[in-house]
Amino acid sequence: MARIGVFLCHCGTNIAGTVNIPRLLEAAQRMPMVVYAAESKFSCSEPGQASIRAAIAEERLGRVVIACCSPRMHENTFRKAVAGAGLNPYLLEIANVREQCSWVHGFDKEAATAKAIELVRMAVAKVARHEPLSPQVMGLTKRALIIGGGIAGIQAALDIANAGHEVVLVEREPSIGGRMAQLDKTFPTLDCSACILTPKMVDIAQHPKITLLSYAQVEGVEGFIGNFRVRIRKKARYVNEERCTGCGTCWQKCPEKTPSEFDSDMGQRTAIYIPFLQAVPNKPVIDTAHCRYIKYLEWSQEKEGKKPPECRICEKLCPTGAIDWEQQDEVIEEEFGAIVVATGYQTFDPAAYAEYGGGAYPDVITGLQMERLMSASGPTGGEVIRPSDGAHPKTVVFVSCVGSRDEHKGRSYCSKVCCMYMAKHAIMLREHDPEVQSYIFYIDIRAGGKDYEEFVRRAQEEAGAIYLRGRISKIYPEEDKLIVLGEDSLIGRPVEIAADLVVLATGIEPSAGADELARELNISYDSYNFMVEAHPKLRPVETQTDGIYLAGACIGPRDIPETVAQGSAAAAKAVALFSQDSITTDPMTALVDPLKCVGCLVCVEVCPFNAAEAQLARDGRTIAAINEGLCKGCGLCVAACRPGAINLRGFTDQQLLAEVTELWR
Amino acid sequence: MKMAQLTPAGTIHPFPRSGLQVFVESQSGQQVLRCYQCGKCTAGCPSAYAMDLGPRRVMRAIQLGLKDEVLASSTIWLCLQCQTCSARCPAEIGIAEVMESLRLLAAAERSRPAERDVALFHRLFRDLIRRWGRIYELGLGALYNLRGRHPFANLGLVPRLLSRGKLPLLPQRTKGASQVRAIFARVRAAEREAPPSEAKEGTDASRQ
Amino acid sequence: MPAGSSYAYYPGCTLHSTAREYDVSLRLVCQKLGIELRELRDWACCGASSAHAESRLLGIALPARTLQAAEEMGLPLGVACAMCFSRLKLASHELADGDTLDLVGRIIGRGFGNKATVVHMLQVLDSEREALPVKRTLEGLKVASYYGCLLVRPRDIVGFDDEENPQIMDRLVEATGAHAVPWGFKTECCGAGFSVPRADIQLKLSHRILSQAKAAGADCVSVACPLCHSNLDSYQQVMRREYEHEIGLPVLYFTQLVGLALGLEPRELLLNRHVTDPLPVLKARGLA
Repeated sequence: MARIGVFLCHCGTNIAGTVNIPRLLEAAQRMPMVVYAAESKFSCSEPGQASIRAAIAEERLGRVVIACCSPRMHENTFRKAVAGAGLNPYLLEIANVREQCSWVHGFDKEAATAKAIELVRMAVAKVARHEPLSPQVMGLTKRALIIGGGIAGIQAALDIANAGHEVVLVEREPSIGGRMAQLDKTFPTLDCSACILTPKMVDIAQHPKITLLSYAQVEGVEGFIGNFRVRIRKKARYVNEERCTGCGTCWQKCPEKTPSEFDSDMGQRTAIYIPFLQAVPNKPVIDTAHCRYIKYLEWSQEKEGKKPPECRICEKLCPTGAIDWEQQDEVIEEEFGAIVVATGYQTFDPAAYAEYGGGAYPDVITGLQMERLMSASGPTGGEVIRPSDGAHPKTVVFVSCVGSRDEHKGRSYCSKVCCMYMAKHAIMLREHDPEVQSYIFYIDIRAGGKDYEEFVRRAQEEAGAIYLRGRISKIYPEEDKLIVLGEDSLIGRPVEIAADLVVLATGIEPSAGADELARELNISYDSYNFMVEAHPKLRPVETQTDGIYLAGACIGPRDIPETVAQGSAAAAKAVALFSQDSITTDPMTALVDPLKCVGCLVCVEVCPFNAAEAQLARDGRTIAAINEGLCKGCGLCVAACRPGAINLRGFTDQQLLAEVTELWR
Repeated sequence: MKMAQLTPAGTIHPFPRSGLQVFVESQSGQQVLRCYQCGKCTAGCPSAYAMDLGPRRVMRAIQLGLKDEVLASSTIWLCLQCQTCSARCPAEIGIAEVMESLRLLAAAERSRPAERDVALFHRLFRDLIRRWGRIYELGLGALYNLRGRHPFANLGLVPRLLSRGKLPLLPQRTKGASQVRAIFARVRAAEREAPPSEAKEGTDASRQ
Repeated sequence: MPAGSSYAYYPGCTLHSTAREYDVSLRLVCQKLGIELRELRDWACCGASSAHAESRLLGIALPARTLQAAEEMGLPLGVACAMCFSRLKLASHELADGDTLDLVGRIIGRGFGNKATVVHMLQVLDSEREALPVKRTLEGLKVASYYGCLLVRPRDIVGFDDEENPQIMDRLVEATGAHAVPWGFKTECCGAGFSVPRADIQLKLSHRILSQAKAAGADCVSVACPLCHSNLDSYQQVMRREYEHEIGLPVLYFTQLVGLALGLEPRELLLNRHVTDPLPVLKARGLA
């Protein structure tokens, strides 16, 4: 017969202010199988826990009920406390009399107290039927996978590798570097972005513990913390990386030109290309959509339409014979213990703003395009000129919040960095040309970082940028200028400016394919496709899925210092994981009774974690079995099982029925 | 743009949930508090340059409960009802509907409209429809000039329209005219029973 | 979008007076395409912008009378004027509320179910666009399609096309063989009813639209609303004085363009009645 102890927590006035604890205590003492009941101001505190342990020892308690806050808060704390007294930690049940009682019935103390008594009775009935459970101990692979080779992924990779563990960094573009490689200068220090980034990129390439898989993508992920199995597709470059020396002859001579993604379509690249001069790896890639010879090969299949030239100039000129037309995609499978998602961001496409021209006006450009113009290694060699006629603009207008704070365009959030980069552009423009006049239309200035506010002041006081508070309604061309219609809401008048160049401060959104990746990894993402953290305040680099961590702008808009910090933070989580030699899994998993299982395999269909699988029983029947490592204890299979053959440890049918029955008494 | 604000306008004591705001919200169905004053409405309003407040400041005035200021503004009468503000508002507020509710409030409270000519034009238009069932352009123009005391306004176009047979001298006839007159009368009766301008909560912001 | 060949037809006041060209060209085009237009008997004004300036109920009741007549005829209601179209759509939207429907039924003196479908004639012709029997292609003519502010706004009431860059008229223009020039002022307001009480505002707005159309390379402007037509067509000489800017852009109803493409003659389509004469431009393109 179980000896049950009931511990009531006041939680200050959180519970005690609504629930009548003395009455609850009295009721608990009279409940069947309860041999001990006590109250405490804060059960989770040091003395609170100590008193629980002491009571377990003195009263020889076999089961424990704690009436307190949500188990999501302190179940783990109390499990440790109970274990500390020598009792199996799963012989504990929490009755949530705070979030599900005192906090929601604050106006009806009578009802709240009655409900609390019922909740405790139910918990007592359930815990009487608990069995001791033991977590499984499993091994782990001390290798980390970093998905995304921007600054977040680079930082995470370096930190984990420097701690002595193997790292594989997968980047889907031909080179690592991400958005930071495209930037000219970074605020507020005005460091040259590439100059501070490229040494880290080279560190990645040279680090003995880091394997860089560029032009590669994660295709499939299976497994669980410590034991992930990942399928990675290495896309065919059509260039043999061993033979290629990065001399550059091929892309210098390639005749086919197409807009360069790296230059945000402000410049061109060739069909065989490296995205930028400091690319890591410095090995080119052939873009099959634009390569003339590949088109020729495709044409020779069907022989339809015009015959493309049989170019092959790169092959002819390559001094090491590195061009390999036969190269195929290669799919590899690797094992990892931890995964860091650092897939970064792309910028909002202003085509959605037809009132700004919808992309049709060449002199209306985005913030990223402005970065490329300003960059000395960019398509204009660092000269800020109008795309339409190459003239130097004298009047430049900046439009804030394009694709941000705009529910009408489906983006309610603030992109955080645009106010800062507009100020940066204004300062840099003045440095390029002292005669340029910048007008910045803003709604609110967000400059919360270190030295940020001073930076914005500098844009106004030193660079002479005129700040006008008002959202732009329309941009249209008139002769060779662009008319910008806004309002200065501070003085309260409509404003019209004839601009030579307009820069739309386009906002941040998650990189394309983020949602697909999240689904593959089984991690949460929100309606904007940003990855969701385990807790926005206290667990900013973890996901709800153990072993998968997040870093950088894939979580939400943020600047470089935050991103780098998060890369290191995610690395710390991975390194902490790897500091153990084994991991314990949650024992509250599902269990199939082979005697009752009929082999319908519905559980296999409904399991979201692929934990249920078909198995051959010894008598030749097919039955189901649960992989405890994968099982998350969600209970779907338990509900779906028609013969009732599956039970969930810690939430068995008998335990749950006991609770319900108690309620009806 | 006319600037009423550059003259001393008095200190405001903002009144949340004023009668004005409650009326506007219930009449127009728009959530006025969602406006974060970005200014895109005024920026895109084709007649804002001629207005005193402009749509953004009208929204702000509603948020602060400044009923007198709003009803006395030229803004609500110079509104072209072109829907540009509503179409572009990032907070998805139907600003044009808010403007409409203000005009209805002004009519119900018999506020003296700041744009006399615009209000006159609307009144004459309504009178002519009530009389004839369909619009009578020549009549409208003539009455507008007479009643508005600008006898030679808009005359330049008349000869050209007449010569091209585009301006009928007599009003169009329709048997529907009597039904239209009945509609006007029934509407008036219905509105007398349930006046639209009842503001249920609060009073409006006091001004010194 | 009902694809019937019969419509209850509501011309709107101006189509029988200052905008007769629109009515005449529309009827001729529909005749050629086998679309039957049955004009509502004894129809009355929709109330335009003036009814709802004073009374919400009046602003719904006047168009409701038209909706009821169309419902009685059992046909979809085809509307020519963009202002009328807007008022009818808005009224129909308001009448979705049962109490309002009852009250308005009593006010117009006839109960009805608010069942009539309201479409603009652009939508009707758009449904014929793919099989347009073009006899005289308008190739070489560059047309700026001007929609005006009410035709495609508010989108959730009107229910078709894009609010900033609509395409329905452009597609129809292209179907005639003419080139619909891309331009950015398709839905900017022309000044609407301010042409009488605040002619200064209307002139400024109409001038800006015409300048943009001209700068976009258009030979002419196509419209779907009599008020837009009047505002853009009638004041170009005044604009020349006021802004020292020679516009010289004829303004045509889209039905006139389609009519020309179907082989009708300019005089039949009353092209000679416009203030800004379109015949020189048409002659220069071999179309008249």
